[in-house]
Amino acid sequence: MSEIKKFMYVNRRAPYGTIYAWESLEVVLIGAAFEQDVSLAFIDDGVYQLTKGQDTAGIEMKNFSPTYSALGDYEVNKIYVEKESLEERGLTLDDLQHLVWEDEDDDWAEKDSIRLVSRAEMADVLADQDILFNF
Amino acid sequence: MSMLHIVNKSPYERNSLAAAVGHMKDGDTLLLIEDGVYAAVKGGAVAGQLEGKTVSVLGADLAARGIAADKLVEGVAVVDYGNFVDLVETTDKSQSWL
Repeated sequence: MSEIKKFMYVNRRAPYGTIYAWESLEVVLIGAAFEQDVSLAFIDDGVYQLTKGQDTAGIEMKNFSPTYSALGDYEVNKIYVEKESLEERGLTLDDLQHLVWEDEDDDWAEKDSIRLVSRAEMADVLADQDILFNF
Repeated sequence: MSMLHIVNKSPYERNSLAAAVGHMKDGDTLLLIEDGVYAAVKGGAVAGQLEGKTVSVLGADLAARGIAADKLVEGVAVVDYGNFVDLVETTDKSQSWL
């Protein structure tokens, strides 16, 4: 009987300019198989990973942004986005993908995965984790 | 003499944009590519640094990042790869603020 730990993946890089964002997503999906309590944080340039309408045809790179919408199916449904990080960048929640998950304990009701939190609240969320993975 | 200043890093992660803008002279052009395009988003904390500058942004990099043209600071020109080449050709020198 292994103890369930709180795993948090902390994303602070923009997509495409470096490989960090994609690597993080790959690790999250692999980690999801281990039935831990997984959550994701998007801080600083990490918030850019979740913008909607990404179209990479012109830069000839794989558009991995649709994968974020699959996270709910892997029971990864706690996605914390830092409000100040969005605001500093001229963005709002409306600029991000609408990520949802289906709650099997509530007649498969569709619920929001994204939790918009302040920097102070993010500090509390980070402090509450057992293990932090940094990308 | 005119110079093309190219910035490819996020202005929120590196100081490349500030370095480029700080070294621009009248008649110079700033070209934002890759993660540099985030500098041109209206309402962003660094948007003011573009004021009074001639600024172009690579459209393919904007599209990849999900930044629509209506999110950009007024007066910024969205260009394609062909225009990129034209900018290099019509300026005397290029300086990449890597």
